[in-house]
Amino acid sequence: MSKPISDVQLERRTVQQATSSLARRQLSQRVAFAFVWLAGFLAVAALVWIIGYVMTQGVQMINLEFLTTRPAGGVSGEGGMSTTIVTTLYLVVLTIAIATPLGVGAAIYLVEYAGEAQRESRLVSYIIKVARTGVEILAGVPSIIFGLFGFALFVSFMKLKFSLLSAGLSGACLVLPVIIRTSEEALLAVPRSYREGSLALGATKWQTNVSVVLPAATPGIITGVILSVGRIIAETAIFWVTLGGSYRLPTNLLSSGRSMALHVYMLASETRAFEKAMGTAAILITTIVLLNLIINFTSRRFAARMMGRNR
Amino acid sequence: MESMKTKLKVQDFSVFYGDFQALRDITIDIPIRQITSIIGPSGCGKSTFLRAFNRMNDLIPNTSHEGQIFMDGQDLFGVDVVELRKRVGMVFQRPNPFPKTIFDNVAYGPRAHGLRDRAKLAEIVERSLRDAALWDEVKDDLNKSGLALSGGQQQRLCIARALAVEPEVILMDEPASALDPIATLRIEELLQTLKKNYTIVIVTHNMQQAARASDYTMFFNMAEDRAGYLVEYGPTAEIFTKPREKLTEDYITGRFG
Repeated sequence: MSKPISDVQLERRTVQQATSSLARRQLSQRVAFAFVWLAGFLAVAALVWIIGYVMTQGVQMINLEFLTTRPAGGVSGEGGMSTTIVTTLYLVVLTIAIATPLGVGAAIYLVEYAGEAQRESRLVSYIIKVARTGVEILAGVPSIIFGLFGFALFVSFMKLKFSLLSAGLSGACLVLPVIIRTSEEALLAVPRSYREGSLALGATKWQTNVSVVLPAATPGIITGVILSVGRIIAETAIFWVTLGGSYRLPTNLLSSGRSMALHVYMLASETRAFEKAMGTAAILITTIVLLNLIINFTSRRFAARMMGRNR
Repeated sequence: MESMKTKLKVQDFSVFYGDFQALRDITIDIPIRQITSIIGPSGCGKSTFLRAFNRMNDLIPNTSHEGQIFMDGQDLFGVDVVELRKRVGMVFQRPNPFPKTIFDNVAYGPRAHGLRDRAKLAEIVERSLRDAALWDEVKDDLNKSGLALSGGQQQRLCIARALAVEPEVILMDEPASALDPIATLRIEELLQTLKKNYTIVIVTHNMQQAARASDYTMFFNMAEDRAGYLVEYGPTAEIFTKPREKLTEDYITGRFG
């Protein structure tokens, strides 16, 4: 055995010698605090200013008629925005319907199964690494790149033309990395003890994933999906080159259309109706804010339910 | 011990994590419908040994083993792991109820094994909760989340969950270490009832618990190369009153560990 603990000499001088003057430490603390406060204030102020400007400009335009009449087209920008609201809704539903199963499936594979596969084969391990890096990179690629890709593949090569389907497929490519990453995070956050508990009862790995892991990860996955919804509502460039820009109501998957964000862009760049662009922008911002409130609300409710505070 | 029927027969059993040997040459017979406790200092492989019986070690990458374990004469590593875990249940160190209702927590195992009949499920849930001494406290709240219960109740819920699949063996990995003394005593009382039907193997850090609650005790220690080995095994009364090994005596009297 090593020497008895009672023989160990304790050295107590170091901290006392190293102590610098209290006044200096408090000064640096104050400076740091002032800087942090200023940074926070400026960031919030800029945000409030932008939103405030758009809302005050836009609100004057908004009335029931503006919301319920169709855009008439032309340089004067006559009409309202009704069809763009419906088109945005179609686009969101279509995109999410394509991207969610793929994204969540990919995340389940990466978190629950990839580790095993990586140990078994070096080639698989390499492919998975490339896929992971690919997801990371794609999450940061500008949306217009996805647009060009969608234009080349869906619009031209697959001859889907400017259509809801082309836009939905391209949009799905755009949000896929977001959904994969948020779902991965959500799955990784599920405690290992849940998995062990389920496996120890004789459930298979698949049963464990479906009945325990996925439900526990659902709040996080939903957050990712809602973030994606926001992204689709807000994106313009990608849909400019895949959805076309027709102000008519799409009648089927192969019709062209115009989302709200695209409408803002077209009104501002091609017509004289700048105030209507502002009006549409105000509706757009309101939608995004509502969406964020929904994220907050749902994730809090889910968290409460997980902790058993709420039935 | 000769008169006891053996439930689990372990022969020259070793476990490796990669190159590191975690357990060395364990040979032991665990009797049926008795409580066998495993004691020993931290890191001596108690949990590793326990987790061999339901092959939870399979979940850890690069784990391998040598030697054999037989349950009722059947090679543990020859049977399907899902089937094995149905027969060998486990209760973990920290209560780990699923974020589901109390009912769904207990019904989880039977459902996983294909039982869909609601009336039968309700019957199993009630019986399991009664056997786990939790029924009277939760019978009106079966739709409440399992996570809303206190720590001790959560652990009994986990025991009920394990009982619901009707296992033959129940493994417990320090089941009371996260609980207060009163909840601990309730779990220990519960063990005495459960041993009428189940073979129980329990890892514990708490020597008094091993002395109070178990019929047989095995004492593990860590060798120089950090591999765990079995020092002594026998009826609990003998281990605690007249141990054969000096090491055992030092440990139970608190000289090390």
